[in-house]
Amino acid sequence: MFNTKSRIAAFFVGAGLAACAAVPAFAQQGLDEPFQASFKKALEGKTIGYVPVAMNFDLTEGWFAGVKKELEPYGVKVVVRDPNWSTSAGAQALTTLISEKPAAIIVHNPDVQTYAKLMQRAEKEGIYIIQVNMGSVYRSAAFVGANWIEIGERNANAVIKACQGKSNKVAIVQGALSAATSAYTLKGVENVFAKHPEIKVVSSQAADWDAAKAKAITQTVLKQNPDLCGIVGFWDGMDIGTAAAVKEAGLTGKVFVATSGGGERKGACELVKSGAFDLDVSYDVPTQAADMAGMIKWLLSSGIKPSEAKGSIYTTLTDITKDNADSQTACWNLSDLKK
Amino acid sequence: MTLKRFSQQEVVFAIFVVLFAAFALFLPGFATTQNMLTLLQNVAVLGILGLAMALVVIGRGIDISLIAALAVPPGLVLQMVQDGYSLPLSIAVALALALAFGLVNGWLIAYAEVPSLFATLATGLLLAGLGQASLFKLDVVQWSDGMKGFEHLGQGSVLGIPTPIIAFAAVCIVVALLLRNTRIGAYVYAIGDNPYGARVTGIPSRPIIVLQYVLAALIGCFAGFVLAASVNSMPTRIFNSTLIYDVILVVVLGGIGLSGGRGGVLNVIIGTLLIGTMLNGMTIMDISYSGQNLIKGMVLLAAVIADSFLNPRNEETAQQGDI
Repeated sequence: MFNTKSRIAAFFVGAGLAACAAVPAFAQQGLDEPFQASFKKALEGKTIGYVPVAMNFDLTEGWFAGVKKELEPYGVKVVVRDPNWSTSAGAQALTTLISEKPAAIIVHNPDVQTYAKLMQRAEKEGIYIIQVNMGSVYRSAAFVGANWIEIGERNANAVIKACQGKSNKVAIVQGALSAATSAYTLKGVENVFAKHPEIKVVSSQAADWDAAKAKAITQTVLKQNPDLCGIVGFWDGMDIGTAAAVKEAGLTGKVFVATSGGGERKGACELVKSGAFDLDVSYDVPTQAADMAGMIKWLLSSGIKPSEAKGSIYTTLTDITKDNADSQTACWNLSDLKK
Repeated sequence: MTLKRFSQQEVVFAIFVVLFAAFALFLPGFATTQNMLTLLQNVAVLGILGLAMALVVIGRGIDISLIAALAVPPGLVLQMVQDGYSLPLSIAVALALALAFGLVNGWLIAYAEVPSLFATLATGLLLAGLGQASLFKLDVVQWSDGMKGFEHLGQGSVLGIPTPIIAFAAVCIVVALLLRNTRIGAYVYAIGDNPYGARVTGIPSRPIIVLQYVLAALIGCFAGFVLAASVNSMPTRIFNSTLIYDVILVVVLGGIGLSGGRGGVLNVIIGTLLIGTMLNGMTIMDISYSGQNLIKGMVLLAAVIADSFLNPRNEETAQQGDI
């Protein structure tokens, strides 16, 4: 018995010593990670096309900067084609891009219909399509973006809460009628208000994403209903005007202003801090950019065929209120993202 | 036959009175002092732009680049202040830019003799493009702390009257004095009525034309200041909007013929009031956007049809051509 035990012990001691001797040997040689080389090869030298509705505003500039920051270190070129709010110029840009055969194209749809056929063609030709924030009827490899219905619901719920014990009179300031994002948000708002018959919508008008129009409408509505308790706006860039009207009427703090946007510091956090907005539901743009870049990394390295994968990454929404508007993480700076 | 004596100005004024009376009678909350002030405030910027356009149209020209003058120099003020420059310096630079822009427009039209429609179409695109490409970081230029005090131009009130209305009134008075009481004003009418005749009689028509476009650009820039102060930002994308059509509409609807030489500040005020009344009334009634467009279109058509019935074309008017 003793003999066997000591033998086993000796064996383990010997094995341990051998292992100790072997470890430094491993460290000197290094261990090749078997997947990174093929990952790098899949990305190296590839081109990603980017067709937003227009450049020069916080969302599209932020996406571009964020995607570039994530992908350029891997030797990926990101090229932008700026249609400057023209749908036909966008369709043309997309057509030209397809013939240039990039590895993937990020598409920001102006509506649900226009680019659908083109995106289908691109995926048939082996180009991955990533749609951002505004999905079309064609489901492509990936959709990354906000859930507009949820945004509408969150804003409506916040307004209802603020209206408790008050007049229950609310106003809705929509975006442009032709934009599906506006229609989706309205659906979300309607979903909530349908469950609250005590809420009275005194005005529901489209301001065309225009701050001056939003101000004019809100001013008129406030003069007619000085006891208004809340306003649901559809975009913080436009609702600067809504908030200005509330401020001029001396009703800041009395009329709850809920809106949504990409969470850029000047356009969101600063305005929440100043009291212009009470709630700004943010679909954090850097997160969306990271999601898109992540999707592109995965698709390119997986070797999957463009038409085989179809999925969505809905952005987790953040409520920006007075409580977190001061924090470093609630908002982002375009200048920092571009660094 | 007595009907024929009504001018388009009177027709539009009549429509305005009827609409106003109808709203006042049937729309609770319309005919209150507060609502009247809101109504005026909401169209003040449009009215100021209308005055700039009127000045040019009376001289038989048109300035399509007005929205660029509204968006870019004031946007530059906000951007410069954001970048740390002082407010007075930024305003001076913006005014200099507007002045230079007006000079370029005027030179192209008066000296290079490019038709005003094409010249201003091109320069407007140029200025807006310059702004987008190299002056602004984002389409919407945000307010910053350095702008403090400037917002009084667009918000707040003096003796209960919102400042944009006062701004509109001030520009009205300046333009009216210029057109009615100065030699320059008389020259503008003369050039608009008959440019060749004006030149033959020794009126310095080229410098006067340059002056018109310079004034238009400066007034446009001022309207931009009011707009920016009013919404605490400068949405420079407004250049892509249909605002310029609304401005032309105010001018033409008010009765200033595009053929030049006719009309004045009163016409702009009437045109502005009609648009303001329609917008305000329809907002109170909470009419949908498409419904509003439909009604706006119908009222405008009614005005145009009434005018062509009451003032049929004759030898003289037919010769003067429309756009």
